[in-house]
Amino acid sequence: MIWAYLKIGIFGFGGGYAMLSLVERSVVGPGWISEQMFTDIVAISQMTPGPIGINSATYIGYVAPGQVSGGTLASPLWGFLGSLLCTLTVTVPSFFLVIKASHFIRKHNESGVIKAIFAGLRPVLIGLIASAAIMLMNWENFSPDHDTRTLVSSIAICITAFCLVYFKINIRGKRRSMHPILVICLMGLAGFILYY
Amino acid sequence: MGIYRQLFLTFFKIGAFTFGGGWAMIAIIEKEVVDRHHWIRKDEFLDLIAIAQSVPGVLAVNFATCIGDRLKGMKGGIVAAIGTILPSFLLILAIAIFLTPESIKNNRVLSAIFMGIRPAVVALIIAPVITTAKSSKLTLSTAWIPALAAIMISLNIGVISNPITWIAIGGAGGYLHWEYTRRRIRKEPPAA
Repeated sequence: MIWAYLKIGIFGFGGGYAMLSLVERSVVGPGWISEQMFTDIVAISQMTPGPIGINSATYIGYVAPGQVSGGTLASPLWGFLGSLLCTLTVTVPSFFLVIKASHFIRKHNESGVIKAIFAGLRPVLIGLIASAAIMLMNWENFSPDHDTRTLVSSIAICITAFCLVYFKINIRGKRRSMHPILVICLMGLAGFILYY
Repeated sequence: MGIYRQLFLTFFKIGAFTFGGGWAMIAIIEKEVVDRHHWIRKDEFLDLIAIAQSVPGVLAVNFATCIGDRLKGMKGGIVAAIGTILPSFLLILAIAIFLTPESIKNNRVLSAIFMGIRPAVVALIIAPVITTAKSSKLTLSTAWIPALAAIMISLNIGVISNPITWIAIGGAGGYLHWEYTRRRIRKEPPAA
């Protein structure tokens, strides 16, 4: 179990959705979690705030002890230990890797090679973030029921959110754009009013 | 307020409002870490994304570690990482203990709220694309690089669409360009 999650922590490049298929293979395969349970966990991880990798690790860690032991370890205490263990194993290896990489780069910060490599990386990274946005522009996110009305209102929400975050307006004498967290809350409220 | 407490609270907030994968938090991090606390410069921001993305693991946590480490070394990294993890850990634990999967999945209020949040998240990812493009002085002659990378990655076809491939290409490109310019400068006769 620990090993499986360590493996995910180490090889889970790209985070989020890319990680999920790896997680599925290593926890559903040995029968720690049923297929149905896994789908539920993923759905909930996406519906709750927080990184999907952490959410699903915590949840799987909670459920797994009870499932593996056939019910004898299905208590909140064992669940808590399981989720703590899973969350730690998924984060600790990458934590040290990040620290190492970060220190290495800072140490050689002044070298021309490192600077040149980062200069080349920047435009690619902008593309990378853009691709994340493009990949999220799908029916699933904009209109799960393939209804034109939902699609139109989703596009309206997207454009409004963009304007609020991007353009600076005068708030109490200072020119600033709206805080993204506030925008998320507002759009959640809009969703509630529109669809409930 | 101590810097550690500030780091923890900032990333706790970021962790609590990350929806739909690590990328959604980029806008929030930019606002909090660059604009508000001035912990890192705008042009450093992309470098840190490069590190967080090239190291395996959860993107959001990697990014938090990176910024915490930049500020206060390893201790800062731990504080920022825990701050990011804690909200979702506690929330999921509470859900797992007290609720059943069905009660969340079929909750109409929650799904209505999320219908509003999902399109907004896309906007939250587009905004930092434009601001970082501006701050890294992207011109018309270099804009084809991010455009090409974005299209190839979103096509989602095997190795060509793997972000790591593109990070490697970008790094190699930067290095080659640097080698090339250096050699050309050497070849030119010193000006009188």
